[in-house]
Amino acid sequence: MTQSLFMCAPDYFGIEYEINPWMSLKRQADRRLARAEWETLHRFLTAELKLDVQLIRQVSGLPDMVFTANAGLARGKTFIASNFRNKERSGEASHYEAWFQEKGYTVYHLPPSYYFEGEGDVLFSDDENAFAGYLIRSDVTAHAAVAERLGVRIVSLELVNPRFYHLDTCFCPLNADSVVYYPGAFDAYALEVIKANFSDRIEVTEREAEQFVCNAIVIENHYIQAQGGQETLRPALEKRGYHIHEFDMSEFIKAGGATKCLVLKLTEAPQRAKGYK
Amino acid sequence: MYSDTVEISGHIIDSLLLPKILDDIVRNGIDFHIEELRVGKKREDPSYARIRLTAKDAATLENVLKRIRHHGAVPVDEQDCASERVEKDGVFPDNFYSTTNQQTFIRCGGRWIEVQQPEMDCGIRVSADCSLAECVPISEARAGDLIVVGHRGVRVAPLERPAKEDVFGFMSSSVSTEKPKGAVVKDVARCFQDVRYRGQKILVVAGPAIVHTGAVPHFVRLIESGYVNVLFAGNALAVHDIEYALYGTSLGVYLDKGIPAEHGHENHMRAINTIRKSGGIKSAVEKGVLTRGIMHACVTHGVPFLLAGSIRDDGPLPEVITDVIRAQQQMRAMIRGVRVALMVATTLHSIAVGNLLPATVKTICVDINPAVVTKLADRGSFQALGIVTDVEPFFRELCEELRLGSG
Repeated sequence: MTQSLFMCAPDYFGIEYEINPWMSLKRQADRRLARAEWETLHRFLTAELKLDVQLIRQVSGLPDMVFTANAGLARGKTFIASNFRNKERSGEASHYEAWFQEKGYTVYHLPPSYYFEGEGDVLFSDDENAFAGYLIRSDVTAHAAVAERLGVRIVSLELVNPRFYHLDTCFCPLNADSVVYYPGAFDAYALEVIKANFSDRIEVTEREAEQFVCNAIVIENHYIQAQGGQETLRPALEKRGYHIHEFDMSEFIKAGGATKCLVLKLTEAPQRAKGYK
Repeated sequence: MYSDTVEISGHIIDSLLLPKILDDIVRNGIDFHIEELRVGKKREDPSYARIRLTAKDAATLENVLKRIRHHGAVPVDEQDCASERVEKDGVFPDNFYSTTNQQTFIRCGGRWIEVQQPEMDCGIRVSADCSLAECVPISEARAGDLIVVGHRGVRVAPLERPAKEDVFGFMSSSVSTEKPKGAVVKDVARCFQDVRYRGQKILVVAGPAIVHTGAVPHFVRLIESGYVNVLFAGNALAVHDIEYALYGTSLGVYLDKGIPAEHGHENHMRAINTIRKSGGIKSAVEKGVLTRGIMHACVTHGVPFLLAGSIRDDGPLPEVITDVIRAQQQMRAMIRGVRVALMVATTLHSIAVGNLLPATVKTICVDINPAVVTKLADRGSFQALGIVTDVEPFFRELCEELRLGSG
């Protein structure tokens, strides 16, 4: 396979602050269990799917560095660095930047006043089209700047439910026509936009969305998700020929993330990563 | 009415951002006008819209602006201004921002800075480190200067309308010969006292009719009492003032008798010659040649004056600056700290000075010709007051109101 993923092993993961409704300092993550969950996922991606996974070392005091999806957005050898909205996470930025610079990426910064949380809020449905969430974490003005930088179309979707604060917590394009999403996370205009752009829509229930099943890694016809989605998602995906791989993400869900949040897509330009969305 | 302009760009049509923003605007009863709309030609091309919003009250507009900015509609003036370098001395970059005389701010390096020396019909020069922005006339632009271009990141502060009871408030709308002059002059006097009390400056721009109408003694009393802090005039005011001081005539007419003097038409030329012989006005005062009158009072009371030349001048007097660009430059330097400008009986100099003054300077225009007063008062300033009257009665009344006695 040509695509690579970027991940961060949870050496210092934990709940050290509360910046989304999932986090509670009273509900601490089990670091050993988190490590085991992460390694199971990592092993599956490298050993089973034979994907190249690049790693960054976690820095002590930056517990959310494990959620590399928020590092920025990587396309070809271009890396657009995130501007984290919460100061608790802004310390991560320099470490990601150094890593990408060392690997030969050209690193771009958005104006400091544009909040942007990387692939957490920007998901591609094919090579030229992306969907982006805004209002809770990323700013819509950042979308326009990213689209201009990358020369792609970015369609903005307003997120209205603080429990689904990043687009990747409630929206997962399978390909240019199909999408898995939770309607309760979007405003009326965004729902219209989703309808206009995807002829095949799998709507999950609130219960399923809260199981983080939309926060999935899609590799060709593999759907890699947290445990759940029995009611509507599993039958819908099976009907479309997807292999569903469930992983226990209990410790990461305590911080508001699951499988997708733990990876950032890296692709080599001009090769197109087929299947990976 | 309150209005503001916003810009929005990106994939705003596919994302339904533009309809969302327009819906919000309309739902709140705000009028909008799409000043520009560029739709991307290809799927990946961004689109752009510039929308002007107009609301009946400031609060509604503010609320809507706050909401729609979340959807990417950014007020045009909340972005940094753009600037370009001057390539040739005396030539601004294309699309330079042309200034008004109102208090202006530019956004540079993410913060708002006030433009110094606001003046209409200039450009804004900004330092590379965004520490200084100032109005600069086109003739003073130098190669390498950074000049603000376009309207983005430029904000003009609305001038506060004076309170109703202030003469500048209720009198500014029109100029009429039917105004109750007694009350108006009383208010001007109050304004002068206030400015003097605060240590600010009063500028007088004066024409020779002050001399012709016999107002010199009143004007001298104003100078002596500290109510004239800067004087701008042309050659003629000084010439006729000196003619009167030396010969008792103005344009050859005895002011006390109102009859022409024999060979009186020569008097003003003889006055010019006398001053030129003395080496200038100041020198003539020091030598005891010039012992009374307006110019004498200016010299003896340390009131700085500037005499700007024109093509019809006789002489001129040695102090007259005949290079108009140099005269403008000196005037700019001398108007710093001026709070009130009294412009009396001169169209040419009043317009010239009016163009240099910030809108925050209160302007009082006095002329016998209503057209002149209208022209001067109507400069987009709320703080211009026009009084149609003969000059001498105006100064006489003003001195009475200021309790300066009679001369």
